[in-house]
Amino acid sequence: MLTIQDLHAGIEGKQILKGINLTIQPGEVHAIMGPNGSGKSTLASVLAGREDYEVTGGSVRFLGKDLLELSPEDRAREGLFLAFQYPVEIPGLSTTNFIKTAVNEKRKYFGQAPLDAVAFLRLMKEKMALVNIDQSLLSRPLNEGFSGGEKKRNEIFQMAMLEPRLAILDETDSGLDIDAIRIVANGVNKLRSQDNAVLLVTHYQRLLDYIVPDFVHVLYNGRIVKSGPKELALELEERGYDFIKSEFPAGQPA
Amino acid sequence: MDTLATIQKQFDLLQQAQPVSSLHAIREQAYQAFTQMGIPTSRHEEWKYTRISGVLNREYHVAPAGMTASLDLASFRQHALPGFEEASRLVFVNGLYAPELSVIRSQGLSIQPLEDAAAGAQKDLVARHLGHSRHYLQDGINALSTALLQGAVFVQVGKGCQLDHPLHVYHITDNRAGAVLAQPRSLFYVAERSYLRVMEHFITLGEPGSFTNQVLEMVVCEGARVEHYKIQLEGPSSNLVSTTHFHQTGKSFVHTVTLTLGEGLVRNNLNLVMDAEGCEAHLYGLYFQRGEGHVDNHTVVDNARPNCFSNELYKGVLDGHATGVFNGKIFVRQDAQKTNAYQSNKNILLSETASVNTKPQLEIFADDVKCSHGCTVGRLDEEGLFYLRSRGISQETAKSLLLHAFAVDILEQVQDADLRAFIDQKIEERLEIELI
Repeated sequence: MLTIQDLHAGIEGKQILKGINLTIQPGEVHAIMGPNGSGKSTLASVLAGREDYEVTGGSVRFLGKDLLELSPEDRAREGLFLAFQYPVEIPGLSTTNFIKTAVNEKRKYFGQAPLDAVAFLRLMKEKMALVNIDQSLLSRPLNEGFSGGEKKRNEIFQMAMLEPRLAILDETDSGLDIDAIRIVANGVNKLRSQDNAVLLVTHYQRLLDYIVPDFVHVLYNGRIVKSGPKELALELEERGYDFIKSEFPAGQPA
Repeated sequence: MDTLATIQKQFDLLQQAQPVSSLHAIREQAYQAFTQMGIPTSRHEEWKYTRISGVLNREYHVAPAGMTASLDLASFRQHALPGFEEASRLVFVNGLYAPELSVIRSQGLSIQPLEDAAAGAQKDLVARHLGHSRHYLQDGINALSTALLQGAVFVQVGKGCQLDHPLHVYHITDNRAGAVLAQPRSLFYVAERSYLRVMEHFITLGEPGSFTNQVLEMVVCEGARVEHYKIQLEGPSSNLVSTTHFHQTGKSFVHTVTLTLGEGLVRNNLNLVMDAEGCEAHLYGLYFQRGEGHVDNHTVVDNARPNCFSNELYKGVLDGHATGVFNGKIFVRQDAQKTNAYQSNKNILLSETASVNTKPQLEIFADDVKCSHGCTVGRLDEEGLFYLRSRGISQETAKSLLLHAFAVDILEQVQDADLRAFIDQKIEERLEIELI
């Protein structure tokens, strides 16, 4: 589904990703962990197409297409979803209109007729129930004045509405208390299937108690220096990132 | 014949035709003022960024007083807003009141030619209030409106009358038989404890290139409430100076919204004179300009008495080579203690070639007041754009949604549901989005 080969990228002339290799198959959950500044969020941003970042080498194929050639909106329409670490507040834009526009632009991309208001509201109700989000939240302007937990829940709701093939969750647990993490994780778990995949980007192991990964990768200094089963996350939790730093001082893979 | 010669000829005709009219003296006085001040150039402080002299540098027709309107009711309806079947209507064609196109549908509302009011029972009211705007607009353009005063109306809302339906005012400039200088003029008297909702529309027919210099003066009495909307949707190359002058003579309430989506040259003057204790006023404006459009909003809030409240918010989006001006003055007189006056102007520039000049001006002579002002000029939020695009929304649509979001707090100030629906549709068409 996703094949990243030797990906190099940076921002404002500074190299951050220095040769990432990663393959994700449908149905899998991958977790990318690493200390602060290792390039986790850069990887998520580059995959989603954030234009501040410059790709300087390597390739990314997503569902048979050259992902890096696609605009951010086309990546989303093809089935990539980024749950933001800091979802943007947009006063004046109703959440409902935002999601309706997104859903219908995706439909248009695939030559489908737009959903009318009735059909759209029906779909919304169904997905609201699935991820346990309240109507009152969606009646408000997009993320405006939302708590951290509400913003993340709204991200998962958008994911439910857009039904992506690959969801990248960028530090979705940051700033959330344990109840909020559980709610968000439940939403993600309900959306998992054999056809879609999840890439979790996280600093802490605790989210992985609720969304259990098939693979854990350790990102350090712009490279994946270690990969393993879910137990690797526990080891990291126990030993901290320092052992990675001492084992791979220059970020060289094993 | 150049414009100045046309103006002089028209003035002479008017004065000869109506030598005994009570409006004779006020025209004379204004004409003297006009000849002294002339058409404002960019050397005039209030016209620094709005070049109007060139616009008047051509040949115009001025419709003579008493001329029948050049369009009938059926063709008027083609240009009027759809719906609003129960609304009253005041129509000007080429600056002249067109009674045959106008209709009163609410009790307590009266419309009559200004000449009649000035000669009849409202004589004192007219004498006291007509031309009050000249104290705040000292330029040849305002003087010109009064110098060629003709075809004007006196509108009155009776004491205690709560008008159940809005009054639509249409300013139609019909260029089909040549470029027109049109000067629609009205004096509104909103009596004690009454309520009026009024909407102004501007329509140009035929070739572009007209010049419309419109003045509406409104006296708002004790306990009265006025809601006022100015809707400017005209296409490129119409030239418009539109003046709205509120004079709150008693504790009263004014809510006014100016929406400029057209692309011509538009100068709006909005004056609010709070001449009684406890007045309240809300002033809102929204302008979208592109191409070569130019929009200038000059506002004055004059706090002459204590305990008044005013809140002002103007927002604008400029694209292409469009230019914008915002100039907001707030005066707080020495007497006007406990004034609360707030002002804000926010702009988004969508192109490298669009520009805006924004200038807040506070002149405060009282010491116990709360006043604030602020202005911003910026670009669309990149982070917001990316967020929308990352959900599959195209860059163009994402921009439109963000612009709509920017405008929505002004749109929400349109309290007439039918007008709001109409405006929403216009905005959505303009931005090419469809919202629910």
